[in-house]
Amino acid sequence: MSMDNILTISSVGKSFGGLHILKDISLEVKKGERIGIIGPNGAGKTTFFNLLTGDLAPSTGEIYHYEENITKQPNYKRARNGIVRTFQKNNLLNELTVLDNLLLVLQRKRGLGRVWYKPRGARKYPGLYEEADELMNKWGLYHQRDIVVKNLSYGEQRQIEILLGVATEPSILLLDEPTAGMSQSETDYIVDLLHKLPRDLTLMIIEHDLDIVFGLSDRMVVLYDGGVLVEGRPEQVRMDKRVNEIYIGSGDEATC
Amino acid sequence: MRNTYVQFLVSFVALAAAPFVLSLFHLNLLSEILILAIFALSLNVLVGFTGLVSLGHAAFFGVGAYTAAVVAQNVSADMFVTLGLAVAGSFLLAAVIGMFCIKVSGFYFLMLTLAFSQMIYSFIHQSTNLTGGSNGLSGIPRPEMGSFIFGNPVLIFYLVLAVFFVSYAVLRMIVKSPYGQVLVGIRENETRVKSMGYNTGFYKYSAFILAGIFGGVSGALYTYFNGFIAPSDVYWTMSGTALIMVLVGGAGTMLGPVLGAALIVVLETIVSSYVDQWMLVLGLVFITFVVFFPKGIVGIGQSLYKNAVKKKPVYEKKKSRAA
Repeated sequence: MSMDNILTISSVGKSFGGLHILKDISLEVKKGERIGIIGPNGAGKTTFFNLLTGDLAPSTGEIYHYEENITKQPNYKRARNGIVRTFQKNNLLNELTVLDNLLLVLQRKRGLGRVWYKPRGARKYPGLYEEADELMNKWGLYHQRDIVVKNLSYGEQRQIEILLGVATEPSILLLDEPTAGMSQSETDYIVDLLHKLPRDLTLMIIEHDLDIVFGLSDRMVVLYDGGVLVEGRPEQVRMDKRVNEIYIGSGDEATC
Repeated sequence: MRNTYVQFLVSFVALAAAPFVLSLFHLNLLSEILILAIFALSLNVLVGFTGLVSLGHAAFFGVGAYTAAVVAQNVSADMFVTLGLAVAGSFLLAAVIGMFCIKVSGFYFLMLTLAFSQMIYSFIHQSTNLTGGSNGLSGIPRPEMGSFIFGNPVLIFYLVLAVFFVSYAVLRMIVKSPYGQVLVGIRENETRVKSMGYNTGFYKYSAFILAGIFGGVSGALYTYFNGFIAPSDVYWTMSGTALIMVLVGGAGTMLGPVLGAALIVVLETIVSSYVDQWMLVLGLVFITFVVFFPKGIVGIGQSLYKNAVKKKPVYEKKKSRAA
């Protein structure tokens, strides 16, 4: 594992009982790299993310964050150390406002989570609230500041998912199908937003819409049946026979 | 009136004037309401803010009450000693029980807290030498502070009132702090809060202990107030009553449990003087609230307020949940 690898994944596998979801996956993620992960349904893409974030423990293999072995590290520690994810299904604090969702992320970043003696408020925590306002302004979501999340449309909630993901300036952001279940115009908006992410932010993105991943990624990994089928530059993957076969074969979009 | 300190001051003055206005009977009723309000408030930290529904909170009430009683009878009736040890006792109990209960959630959390509290109940019920068994403990000396003795119901009322205001203020501060907001986050979506980098286990455990401590405080006050304590106050129905107070008043608000405690105590007193089947009436009240007013008395108040001040219906703005 080299110094500039943010993540080094070494022969990682995951089984549930006798069912092998992922087998022997190795991957090195360099700083600033954007990796697209595609594959048909059931290929193990989300499971792979769960292993990286610590939401699931791998059955075999090891994972390193920079040089630290994080294979057994719990998910909250990994999140704290900069391995941050968004969820395939909106997974927000639905009864709270957008601001409160964001504040919860930012107060963690500032190490305020265990402060119990000072009620929260803009006057008492000026830096915290300013940062939240700045972020919402930057991503054009300020008008939703005081809206309770459950009252936002699905697509709007999706944007909040991404906002919470980037808010902590993670070392790597794992995006699990950021455009899942969205209309075309909402999808365009999200894709736009993803292109606006800082270029030095390391990204790993699972996406069904191949045009989107091809446009975003430096490198592609095609998962099939729990293993890496093809790995390479987007052009290579686009031309690859096997990739075309599984996408046509499984009746998925064959737009590539 | 929007200023919190002003609201605090006004309600404190109003309550402090109670002994000059109310009869002794009603004053005692008010003391009981305030004591049970602390109990309900402490449970609300778990149920309303952290989203952990406990059916074993009477254990802390009981340990606080019995510790205060046993210490007052055998060691010293000094309030700092009895209250201090009651807090220490409930803290220890919560620290031990919490380690197990926090590992599970939902239905299992409820059953585990119930099981632990019933263990405490049977311990108290059977340790006849220490606790008087089913007879309970009576003739408990009134609390003292130095040479000052809280010797009559008015003085006890002021003691209860002071502790109530301190407890309310402390709990309010905590639930509104960044720490308290993490608890609310756990209630809403624990998975998400974990993936934000919070060790939710720590937060749930500390909330459990916090609730236990204030449960113990209310128990000790109950002993001061009654001069008598019986095992029935540790029985699971006591936990159930507190849960009803929280839900009827409005879980996840600060004012809710206080109003809930007031309603239940007043109802019990009035109804039970007319009919024997007071539990039947309580059941009806509870069902009415759960079905028609799930946000409790505070929820009713909020929607009345909303209707009075005309509201734009497009986006529901969030009202501060803690009063």
